[in-house]
Amino acid sequence: MNKQDPKRIPNTTPRQSATFSQDVNSDIRRAAATGIYDIRGGGAKRKVPSFDDLLFMGASISRYPLEGYREKCETSVTIGGLHAENPIELDIPITIAGMSFGALSGPAKEALGRGASAAGTSTTTGDGGMTPEERGHSNKLVYQYLPSRYGMNPNDLRKADAIEIVVGQGAKPGGGGMLLGQKISDRVAEMRNLPKGIDQRSACRHPDWTGPDDLEIKILELREITGWKVPIYVKVAGARPYYDTTLAIKAGADAVVLDGMQGGTAATQDVFIEHVGQPTLAIIRPAVQALQDLGMHRKVQLILSGGIRSGADVAKAMALGADAVAIGTAALIALGDNDPKWEAEYNALGTTAGAYDDWHEGRDPAGITTQDPELMKRFDPIEGGRRLRNYLKVMTLEAQTIARACGKNHLHNLEPEDLVALTMEAAAMAKVPLAGTDWYPGKPGTGF
Amino acid sequence: MQIIDLESIGLREMNKTLHAQAETTNQTAWEIVNPKGAHAIACGLDAPIEVTVKGSTGYYCAGMNQQATVNIHGSAGPGTAENMMSGKVVIEGDASQYAGATGHGGLLVIKGNASSRCGISMKGINIVVQGNIGHMSAFMAQSGNLVVCGDAGDALGDSCYEARLFVRGEVKSLGADCEKKEMRPEHIEILKDLLEQAGIDAAPEEFTRYGSARNLYNFDVDNAAAY
Repeated sequence: MNKQDPKRIPNTTPRQSATFSQDVNSDIRRAAATGIYDIRGGGAKRKVPSFDDLLFMGASISRYPLEGYREKCETSVTIGGLHAENPIELDIPITIAGMSFGALSGPAKEALGRGASAAGTSTTTGDGGMTPEERGHSNKLVYQYLPSRYGMNPNDLRKADAIEIVVGQGAKPGGGGMLLGQKISDRVAEMRNLPKGIDQRSACRHPDWTGPDDLEIKILELREITGWKVPIYVKVAGARPYYDTTLAIKAGADAVVLDGMQGGTAATQDVFIEHVGQPTLAIIRPAVQALQDLGMHRKVQLILSGGIRSGADVAKAMALGADAVAIGTAALIALGDNDPKWEAEYNALGTTAGAYDDWHEGRDPAGITTQDPELMKRFDPIEGGRRLRNYLKVMTLEAQTIARACGKNHLHNLEPEDLVALTMEAAAMAKVPLAGTDWYPGKPGTGF
Repeated sequence: MQIIDLESIGLREMNKTLHAQAETTNQTAWEIVNPKGAHAIACGLDAPIEVTVKGSTGYYCAGMNQQATVNIHGSAGPGTAENMMSGKVVIEGDASQYAGATGHGGLLVIKGNASSRCGISMKGINIVVQGNIGHMSAFMAQSGNLVVCGDAGDALGDSCYEARLFVRGEVKSLGADCEKKEMRPEHIEILKDLLEQAGIDAAPEEFTRYGSARNLYNFDVDNAAAY
């Protein structure tokens, strides 16, 4: 039996430093060992003010709700009616964000097409160009026109239902990209006009224009080539949303895609993902303000992306003024990425299901973010498509149920007045009152 | 010869008319008058027709060209023949910035000088410039050939991949990972053929070849100073 020394001074409980947390320390050790910053995929993992900090008030006496299982709540959205002969008509305002063939496997792209088409919405190509399986399985396909112009082909451009000029991405405003050599299969190499096995850099800026005036002329060129038939979207990172939205509209965009810092990416520096850009919650109101100032709200559509996960997020984005949202990371999870059924293999890669983000290494156990033929076999595009369709349907039902509770017969009828904020930060960013008050920081007349 | 007066019918009608030409058209010769520096002239063509533009053009003339031959009897604005896939574009005068940018195929001939960023991010296009080219040309050039009969500006071929760069005159400076290369018989043949296609009288032996040193093909922190 151990007897305690009565003179012994009791130990304090070991206390971790908030500044030098275990995560931070592991980053330091990794940097010291390798001499290079960490590259990973996915979006920001740090906690930032988000849609979780907003609540809908619902209806009581002063507002009149709609019956959940009886009264209709519309979800359709038309994108690009301003200039395009054939605007995009979607059944639901949730689209699939651009993700490249190369970053994703061919079957994964096929599944995105299958799921989106079954749910009545669009998919988007990415840096690797348009694949036949993606075009074949996507009823509505948006063709990304990217700085790298990998896989750029005017024949594919003419096959698209819309063109999205990518200027920036929420995960890395101002940043380019790199597809590491180990992910370059014969097919990826052929589509990108580069030898197999070497790193493929995606430029941070379009090589053939230098600013907003050139963007306007670039849009004209794309319209002339496609006969003014399809809408032109401009995608910007959520960095300076008011000015970037203004310039995109002035350049003639039919739609603006605005991507917050929680938006994912295939691979970039962790420090970039976590420290550059603004939270999705913070960028929407300035963008809507820009649209309103130019008299273009609901004429030029605003598609919001960056960490959208649920019907509540969709409804909140709509209420703050978006016309639609785009999902990327959430779609991959719906397909089966980071699924716990691969836990042992995630463990073998030094991580765990839910945290795997080394998509650029091409060793994804789920067979989704890889070009390895053996891993790709694990993924069934039909089952993946069914899962994505289910997820999109659930998000839509969730958004509808909230909208009905707020008395709205269309998701677009949700408005900032339906919302309150739980925190001062969220109130200031979303410009909706702090719960229990009629006030938000910066509200005219409040002295802030 | 079909003559289109751009001033009277406008850009949309002009491009629509040219786009309507099928592969088997017998209306193969077209002339565009009064271009007056308009943008996006004859972009997106995809038929074996020959279009002559009588005057100077604005941005993106002959952009994304496929099959067609476009002759510009004047100077060309920025982005001429951008992302060209096939066919031929000939500029009798000078070309502004980023001529032939991201081009995947075909031949671009510039009889005068080309400004900065000529052939930037080229992906298989062949570009022949009779005069000089400006700075940052062939940045991130992936494949194809850039032939310069005059001098090249700063940072030629910065971060280039497998494109071949041939310069007859002086190169002000080379960009990251670009180096002087051996001129082998196969390169003389390539050059001879391109000069012949461009209708330029120059001896291939007078050119120096530049290309990627391939030191930066796979990221290595020890090379970080090169970026």
